[in-house]
Amino acid sequence: MDKTVSNLPAAVAAIPDGATVMIGGFGGSGAPIELIHALIDRFVATGHPKDLTVVNNNAGNGHIGLAALIEQGMVRKLICSFPRSADPVVFTEMYLAGKIELELVPQGTLAERIRAGGAGIPAFYTPTAYGTDLAKGKKIEEFDGRPYVQERWLKADFALVKAHAGDTHGNLTYNKAARNFNPLMCSAAAVTIVQVSELVAPGAIDPEHVITPGIFVQSVVHVPNPQQEETLNRANAVYSGAVQP
Amino acid sequence: MTQKLSNAQIAWRAAQDIADGAYVNLGIGFPEMVAQYQPAGRQAIFHTENGILDFGESPAKGSEDWDLINAGKKAVTLNPGAAFFHHADSFAMVRGGHLDVAILGAYQVAQNGDLANWSTGPKGVPAVGGAMDLVHGAKRVAVITDHVTKDGKPKLLESCTLPLTGVGCVTRIYTSLAVIDIQDSRFVLIEKLPSLSLADLQAVTGAELLVKAPFADLIVPEL
Repeated sequence: MDKTVSNLPAAVAAIPDGATVMIGGFGGSGAPIELIHALIDRFVATGHPKDLTVVNNNAGNGHIGLAALIEQGMVRKLICSFPRSADPVVFTEMYLAGKIELELVPQGTLAERIRAGGAGIPAFYTPTAYGTDLAKGKKIEEFDGRPYVQERWLKADFALVKAHAGDTHGNLTYNKAARNFNPLMCSAAAVTIVQVSELVAPGAIDPEHVITPGIFVQSVVHVPNPQQEETLNRANAVYSGAVQP
Repeated sequence: MTQKLSNAQIAWRAAQDIADGAYVNLGIGFPEMVAQYQPAGRQAIFHTENGILDFGESPAKGSEDWDLINAGKKAVTLNPGAAFFHHADSFAMVRGGHLDVAILGAYQVAQNGDLANWSTGPKGVPAVGGAMDLVHGAKRVAVITDHVTKDGKPKLLESCTLPLTGVGCVTRIYTSLAVIDIQDSRFVLIEKLPSLSLADLQAVTGAELLVKAPFADLIVPEL
C-alpha cells in the first residue's frame, strides 16, 4: 500500500468547483500552507476550483494561506467559529461587501459536528448556545431537566491537513498544538489529503503513537520544512499564485 | 468614584479562589492575567481550547514555536506533565464538566447568571470562538470585569441587553469594586472595597444587591 503522491499540484488536482473543503489548523498552528498555495496555483492557471465551501476555525490572517484563498475569490462560503485574527482584512472586506457567506459556529460545536461527521452520527445535543442567537431555529430538547440544542454533523468532500510524520499507509503524528482540528477533519472528509513534514516507512511510527490511523487518509504528499503562517505574516508575505515560467 | 481596583488587582483577587491542582480555563485577554497571581504553594493546571493542558508562560522573544500557541494565538511553553489532544477531546473537557473553573470577561452579567460577552450587536463581523462552550460544563464559571462600562453604565443588570453567550451560567463576579455571587437569581454581596459605601455600590449596580450575611472588606495588595 502506498498513498503517497509525488507533488503538490497532483495532490490537489481532483478538487472540483463547489466542493466542501475542510482545512486543518487553528490560526497558523497546523495550517497546511503549501497545500492551500497549490490550490491557488491551480486556480490562477485554470480558473478552478471556485465556489468552495471552506471549513476552518478562523478566516485567515494577512495575505497568505487561507486568507489568500479567500482573496482570490475562490471561497463562496466559510464555516468557522472565529473570523478574526491579527490581520483579518481580507475576510472582513469580502464579508462586509457581501461577497462571502459566513456560518458562525461555536468552537466546541464545530469540533463535535466534524467529529460526528467522521463517526457516522447525523445529529447530537449540546448545551452550547442554548438561549442565544446561534441556537435560533434549532431543535431544543430537555434531558434530565436541562435544555439542549440539536446540532447536525458536518462532512466534507476533501480535507487539507498538515501532519508532522506520516507513513505510506497514511498513519500520522502531529507537532504539539498543531494537532487541533486535524484528526477530526481527516475522518470527516471523503478524501483527505495530508502534507507531511517527514515521510517515513510503515513501522517507523510506533503504533502506540499513531494519532490519526491511515484509514482516514487517502493521499500523502511530502513537504519538508513547511512554511509557518505566523512567520510569513511577520515578514508581510503575500501569496497570489506561483510565478509563471 | 475615586477608588477602584486595577485589572491586575481584580485578577489577583480571582486567583485567590483557585485551589491547588484545579483545572482552569482563562478567557482570552484580561482573564489570562489571573495565571500570574496564583498564591505561593498552589499550582493550577491551565487548559487551552486548542488542545493543551498545563501550558506555561510565554517563551523568550525569538524562541517562539508557532505550533505551540494558546487560544489567543500567543506563543506559550509547556510545564512538566503537559498533554496535547485534539479539539473534540478539548471541548469534551469543557462541556463534560471536567474543568474546575472557567474565568471569563464580560460586557454584561444579569442577576440570574446570564452572560453577554461575545457580541456588541449586529455591526461588523461576528465571532464567537469558544465562549459559548466555556460557559457550560466548568464546575464554577466566574467573571472578572470592571464594575461599570467605560462611560459609567452598570454592567451588572436585571437582564442583559446585548446578545447572550449563555443562560444562567455565571456563579461569581469579581469586579473593580466588589465580589458578588449569584444565588437563586439574585446578586449577593460577598466583599466590597472598604472605602465605598453600600449605597454608592448599589448606585452603580443595575439590579438590587442582596446582603444575606455580613460581607467582608475587599482587600487587595498594590500591584
